[in-house]
Amino acid sequence: MADIITTKDPSIEVLPNLDSTAQLLDVRDLHVEFRTQAGVAHAVRGVNLTLNPGETLAVLGESGCGKSVTAQAIMGILDTPPGYVTKGEVLYRGVDLLKLSERERRRVRGNRIAMIFQDALSALNPVFSVGFQLAEQFRVHRGLSRAEARKRAIEQLDLVKIPAARQRINDYPHQFSGGMRQRVMIAMALALDPEILIADEPTTALDVTVQAQIMRLLAELQAERNMGLILITHDMGVVADVADRISVMYAGRVVEEAPVHDIYSRPAHPYTKALLESIPRVDLKGQELKVIKGLPPNLMAIPPGCAFSPRCPMAQDECRRDPLPPNYEVEPGRHSACHFWRDVVRD
Amino acid sequence: MSDTALAPSSTALNGENGKVDKPRSLFSDAMRDLRRRPVFWIGLAVVLLVVLMAAFPSLFTSADPRHCVLARQHEPPSGVAYFGYDFQGCDVFARAVHGARTSLVVGFIGVAVATVLALVIGMTAGYFGGWIDSLLSRIIDIVLGVPFLLAGVVLATRLSQGGRSTNVVPVILVLGLLGWTTAARVIRSSVIAAKNQDYVTAARMLGASSARIIWRHILPNALAPTVVVLTIALGGFITTEATLSFLGVGLRDPAISWGIDISNATRYIRLAFLPLFAPASFLAITVLGFIMLGDAIRDAFDPKLR
Amino acid sequence: MTETVGRGAPGTVGREAPGTSASQPSDAEVVLETRDLVKHYPITRGVVFQRKIGAVRAVDGVSLKLHKGETLGIVGESGCGKSTLARLLVGLEKPSSGQIIVNGTDLGTLSRSEMRRFRRDVQMVMQDPYTSLNPRMTVGDIIGEPFEIHPDVVPRKDRHARVRELLDVVGLNPDHINRYPHQFSGGQRQRIGIARAIALRPKIIICDEPVSALDVSIQAQVINLLERLQAEFGLSYIFIAHDLSVVRHIADRVAVMYLGKIVETGTDAEIYDGPTHPYTQALLSAVPVPDPTLRGQRDQIVLEGDVPSPANPPSGCRFRTRCWKAKAICATEEPALVVREKSAHPSACHFAEVRDVVHAATT
Repeated sequence: MADIITTKDPSIEVLPNLDSTAQLLDVRDLHVEFRTQAGVAHAVRGVNLTLNPGETLAVLGESGCGKSVTAQAIMGILDTPPGYVTKGEVLYRGVDLLKLSERERRRVRGNRIAMIFQDALSALNPVFSVGFQLAEQFRVHRGLSRAEARKRAIEQLDLVKIPAARQRINDYPHQFSGGMRQRVMIAMALALDPEILIADEPTTALDVTVQAQIMRLLAELQAERNMGLILITHDMGVVADVADRISVMYAGRVVEEAPVHDIYSRPAHPYTKALLESIPRVDLKGQELKVIKGLPPNLMAIPPGCAFSPRCPMAQDECRRDPLPPNYEVEPGRHSACHFWRDVVRD
Repeated sequence: MSDTALAPSSTALNGENGKVDKPRSLFSDAMRDLRRRPVFWIGLAVVLLVVLMAAFPSLFTSADPRHCVLARQHEPPSGVAYFGYDFQGCDVFARAVHGARTSLVVGFIGVAVATVLALVIGMTAGYFGGWIDSLLSRIIDIVLGVPFLLAGVVLATRLSQGGRSTNVVPVILVLGLLGWTTAARVIRSSVIAAKNQDYVTAARMLGASSARIIWRHILPNALAPTVVVLTIALGGFITTEATLSFLGVGLRDPAISWGIDISNATRYIRLAFLPLFAPASFLAITVLGFIMLGDAIRDAFDPKLR
Repeated sequence: MTETVGRGAPGTVGREAPGTSASQPSDAEVVLETRDLVKHYPITRGVVFQRKIGAVRAVDGVSLKLHKGETLGIVGESGCGKSTLARLLVGLEKPSSGQIIVNGTDLGTLSRSEMRRFRRDVQMVMQDPYTSLNPRMTVGDIIGEPFEIHPDVVPRKDRHARVRELLDVVGLNPDHINRYPHQFSGGQRQRIGIARAIALRPKIIICDEPVSALDVSIQAQVINLLERLQAEFGLSYIFIAHDLSVVRHIADRVAVMYLGKIVETGTDAEIYDGPTHPYTQALLSAVPVPDPTLRGQRDQIVLEGDVPSPANPPSGCRFRTRCWKAKAICATEEPALVVREKSAHPSACHFAEVRDVVHAATT
């Protein structure tokens, strides 16, 4: 078993003012827009997320809903230009990351909040060996010597169950299979024992058996370290397996937020409901796939009112007008951005 | 499936939102992009000016470039002759204006010859692959390996059979026969890229013949990068003609060419600067214009840059 | 959990029934059949003079049958050979050995012009809607191309109308006939691809991962469209996918592929509710089900290690390197795809036994 730093080393002061009693992660009213020649796209329009240690929050949504952009904004790796955070706060243990200088953000990035991506091949530098990239984390953030860093790198590879770590440490990313590369990426992300791991579609490109392995690995590592995990995905099956809470996003907003069991058994938003009814399931046969008619909105020309209203089977006039539906509290810890959530729950 | 990190293009999803748009091809999209670039307009302006100069030299000067009076040797500029007179007493400006035609004609036809060669060889190599590709690629490599100017000199001398020649054909042949290689390579790689596209596979599955696939699917997609290469090459060809003429193996008197003028003027540079400056700057500006045009077109047609 | 060995020597049980299961009426017309289909890609060394040092055995002896009006799903993970199989069935590649028989005709015996005619009967819907349409052609040209290649199918004057009709059939607005692909969304582009595939009124359509690149809510639209077209035009589908949930929904019968071979086939109920081959069981147990109440309730089989290289598959049963049931016989004798003692449908395992991994374990 690798020698993990399980308690945060107090001699490494990441940021002043970190409040260990405050919420691990609290995103408030985040707005992100993309300014292009063709117009301004409102990718994120007031997103609220919270995360506690040891918890898995799934951010569920389809392409264009803004989930990846939200993650990038939290990490501070948004492509600027053309992306700009125009409003909101990202509070990591009470400190607003958005107000920090780039230097200060770098101390957090990778160190306290880490991220893994869908495509490991493009996230890893192809011209450096895996060992080099892993060891770099330790050299840069922990000031370890080359030899020490290399030793730690091998431990990390062992941790993610890569066989023959000592030999494979010198291999290059392309010499690993897809699943192995993903493990390498996880090893890199967890090298510095972050408190929060953001996984952006980590298994979408993998075979289903490999996906099962990787999700199991993530769950084990998370439990060991009491780490908070934000899982961004569109796969409702994966979410059902691992998530504690789910935030469903559509057109840049969180339309429903609830504990996992409630979302599946009693969804409180028409979009969630429609999604659940439109996916084929391996354990059911013959159910008619209900179709969500229409297409997601063009982010540069989002209709007024609720963005889902053009496609919603329950839409009324009120839905098509501003103001946007607020986050109604369905129950403590459950929100829905639908004026008629009561009707949805009742069905 | 990942989020779109950038905003989706506004051309998508028009139908579902009820807006009726005119159909927009990638070409017209590129044209719109092109119109916004100042580099494009500058390049275009220069090119059009030069073309105009070549087609209608009388619009720019009424002087006869061949009317040379030795007595006027190296006279400074005047209201009649903007750049003065050269060592033979010819109007420098008039010669420069008329030289444009030669340079452009040689350049364009040379490019045409090179294009035909490049298309045939590049497409064959790219489409058929295998040993044909290996063979043709090695031929391309060999021709590329030959020093252009050296070969040009040798070839030009040979083709014009020594002696005085105003004939543009040898020069054009030299340019065409030696200058096709880069374009061939570009064409070959775009054909290879297009060949592996799914839509080509789909056409093959429908039963399309090779000819149809090349004509309908591969050629249009291979053309765009080719146009770019050729536009820039045109500038290079014009320079090369000037160089060959400067070296004395291209065009010679009584042909009018910038290269010839530059060649002559260098001998008398201490006496008069302008007879060198005029043709040289005309040459430089023309070439620059073509390169800017080619650059702008390439940027506009490259989907990754948009 | 130890598995008990089935009684009786493996290989002596059951009748040979490749591709069909006991519960499938075998009198339905067989529209497509493969017999021991093999495709090997040689691995060569050297630039000028190439010598063969091995072969990637992408498809290594596949025998299956497709009946009229049915959907045969082929599932497997990357490297199993299903994409190669698709290309073989559609005639894009020539098999190294084996036969493909379409409507009674062996494809290997066809001349070039006969091949072109054959293409009218078997078409393919491709995976990536963003690259399967020529970006420089209008949608009308794309869908109309089949008519230009086979001019005798529709007379020239009727083509425009037919293209509009096809657009309508797949749920697109016929007025968009002059638009370009990039003006459509992914789901719409896939519909265009489908319209192109059905233009010549084929009898068989090979669907190669047709919804993998689409969003979840759009997948449903396209799947419904495919089902509707099948009913309306009497089409037979071979549906190749890695997404087992989608295949469950649309397929009547399913074949599971691993490293170039079919390891199990049966009706969708047989395969999903009662898989007998260990690989199928592992595959199905890995598919996450969108029901959190099943968390921890299902039979979880997690395979160790990676898929072996198709250039160097294990001897005997190819799955034995990752199989928890493997015994000595698995390395020496390759199990045939036959009906076994403990399973009503063909399974290529010496120790085939039903194990329901999809639903909650009944305790």
